[in-house]
Amino acid sequence: MANQVSVPLYLDLLNGFEGWLAMEGSEENESVLQLRQKAFEQFKQLGFPSRKVEDWKYTPVQPFLQEPFEFSPVAVQNAAHAAINLEKAYIDGLEAYKIVLVNGKFQSALSDNNLPAGVTIKPILEAQEEPAFAQYFGKVVNTSKYHFPALNTAFFSDGLFIEVAANTVVDKPFYLVQIYTGNKNLFVQPRNLVVANRSAGITIIESIVSENPESNLFVNTLTEVVVKENAQVNHYLLQTAGKGFRQVNHTEVSQKRDSVYSNYTFSLPGADLLRNNLHVNLDDEHTESHLYGLYLVADRQLTDNHSFVSHLHPNCQSNEVYKGVLLDKGTGVFNGKIFVERDAQKTNAFQQNNNLLLSNTATINSKPQLEIYADDVKCSHGSTVGQLSQEAMFYLKSRGIAEQTARRLLVSAFAFDVTQNIQIPALEEHINNLIIQHIPAEQELVKA
Amino acid sequence: MLSIRNLHAEVEGKKILKGINLEVKAGEVHAIMGPNGSGKSSLSSVLAGRESYDVTEGEVLFDGKDLLDMAPEVRAREGLFLAFQYPVEIPGVSNINFLRTALNEIREYRGMPQMEAKEFLKLTKEKQKLVEFEAKLVNRSLNEGFSGGEKKRNEILQLAMLEPKLSILDETDSGLDIDALRIVSNGVNELRNANNAFVLITHYQRLLEYIVPDFVHVLYDGRIVKSGTKELALELEERGYDWIKEEFKTEETAG
Ligand SMILES: Nc1ncnc2c1ncn2[C@@H]1O[C@H](COP(=O)(O)OP(=O)(O)O)[C@@H](O)[C@H]1O
Ligand SMILES: [Mg+2]
Repeated sequence: MANQVSVPLYLDLLNGFEGWLAMEGSEENESVLQLRQKAFEQFKQLGFPSRKVEDWKYTPVQPFLQEPFEFSPVAVQNAAHAAINLEKAYIDGLEAYKIVLVNGKFQSALSDNNLPAGVTIKPILEAQEEPAFAQYFGKVVNTSKYHFPALNTAFFSDGLFIEVAANTVVDKPFYLVQIYTGNKNLFVQPRNLVVANRSAGITIIESIVSENPESNLFVNTLTEVVVKENAQVNHYLLQTAGKGFRQVNHTEVSQKRDSVYSNYTFSLPGADLLRNNLHVNLDDEHTESHLYGLYLVADRQLTDNHSFVSHLHPNCQSNEVYKGVLLDKGTGVFNGKIFVERDAQKTNAFQQNNNLLLSNTATINSKPQLEIYADDVKCSHGSTVGQLSQEAMFYLKSRGIAEQTARRLLVSAFAFDVTQNIQIPALEEHINNLIIQHIPAEQELVKA
Repeated sequence: MLSIRNLHAEVEGKKILKGINLEVKAGEVHAIMGPNGSGKSSLSSVLAGRESYDVTEGEVLFDGKDLLDMAPEVRAREGLFLAFQYPVEIPGVSNINFLRTALNEIREYRGMPQMEAKEFLKLTKEKQKLVEFEAKLVNRSLNEGFSGGEKKRNEILQLAMLEPKLSILDETDSGLDIDALRIVSNGVNELRNANNAFVLITHYQRLLEYIVPDFVHVLYDGRIVKSGTKELALELEERGYDWIKEEFKTEETAG
């Protein structure tokens, strides 16, 4: 079919599902099995999207799925390198509860065990008896429309269940270090569910790193987040994985009344493909959402941020700022959709996407979309593509500042609208250092 | 200190500087005056190394070294400073961070250690006082939302911090009220000494009542057409520039 691409993995998955279920699904409860079956049928129809599918217009997945991939949980875990090096995910001065996952699997020995009261964290496969799991798992995301979430729901293995009890405000962030490693081509599908109950507060920092010098890893992650009445969730994602790493990361959020959800997505150079889908559903009145993003795209990398903010009820506020820095032969995609339902009066929705082209071989496709059916709303959006100001460069250099330092100052300044919102000083400094590291000494600048 | 010899430069194929000669020695203050569009800012741009200008002829020696061969940042580290006629606003770069970066890069070039945070703050405070620069402005983004006078004072603050050998002030006085003019001039007079030099580009004689120059030059149509002492500035103030234009117009500009 024209809306699907033909890759060997597709047939391998179709043929492997029954056997896979028999192996992996034997201890699962009936509702999860039904969910898998249903999602499998959906994926069978949807397949892997071709560029004819509007949401994948600028992001061809075929080149990243060519190879044969192993996807059984046993193969995925066996291929992991024995020695796990956490250095790549080290953040100087960060005080947090550290949780380590290798190829999606929770590693008790590498993680902090002194977890605070009121927080439940366990592997998703062991969480099926939790009431919050029964209530929300698979219910936040609509798999009928989305290729990768459907596939994840059919085949997920590993990942985390995180629940914060009502009125519990966690004192330190949770630092989820996700290492992907392997000596073979692997297709990994972790699944997470985060539930912040009434008036709870939690900060989660996801860090994605990789260690696969000779193979390719494709990671299809699906995370559902439920932010209940008056709860606050700060959700950071830091993608620093390297060559051979490809990821589709789908985050589906549901916000209840008076809740605040803030997402910060930092995609750095290294990986082959990063595709982030961030969907925030405002499922009741008086919610507040912040979506901050910064992508540095280098080499021949493709980094695609698709966000969708769905205003379904009155009196909600959303604020989105994404900034991109494009280097080398990198390609960036930004697609931000704001949807305002007819009943969602007094909506306040703001969106901004700015891009800085530092190379004349880099590409950016930026597409803001507003779809508004209510009449009493305040909505705005803007998208820009620019280059470093030669005037500003000259001014800095005329004060003795070296070309590279000047460029770093200006790129950091460009990113400031996003980085200044980071609530954790150690993380802010870490991100600023990462930005600076990736601004090369000699860069072919776009001719003005 | 600075020798400009037969300097010709063009921008976008248009000849702007048409044979400038100028000698500036340590301890001297030179004023360059002239009608708008005569090439004063172009001369300062060429000296500071703005890339849009092409030098087609001539040479510039700075302390005996070939200035035109140096990158803009090297010129600054060698001790050249240009106070811009229109300083740019750079949102997101804090004034103080910018000052520290510039100062340390210059010190590194001169083989000096990085300045300690405490010493740096002390120096900044001291120099701020010199130009009556409001303390809160140093923590703001570089020139962003500054008034015209604040921008000019910020230029002089940078000058005071970086201690250049040769300072070129491009119409630093234009648009300043009398108080700001007094402050800026006091700053420059404080910084003057036997080892440094100043080139004041100005349109108005008024500045020269506060900073008394050793020499006054008139730049017109890309050439220095008259040189003298401060009396020349008074004459220009009285008679305007029309007689200069009459006397020195070239075929090109007359046509
Ligand atoms: N970027 C440029 N492109 C074309 N012409 C320029 C450019 N910059 C300056 N000029 C021209 O150069 C001449 C001298 O300008 P300028 O040096 O700014 O004079 P002044 O500072 O004496 O007023 C003017 O005719 C001006 O129009
Ligand atoms: Mg001028």
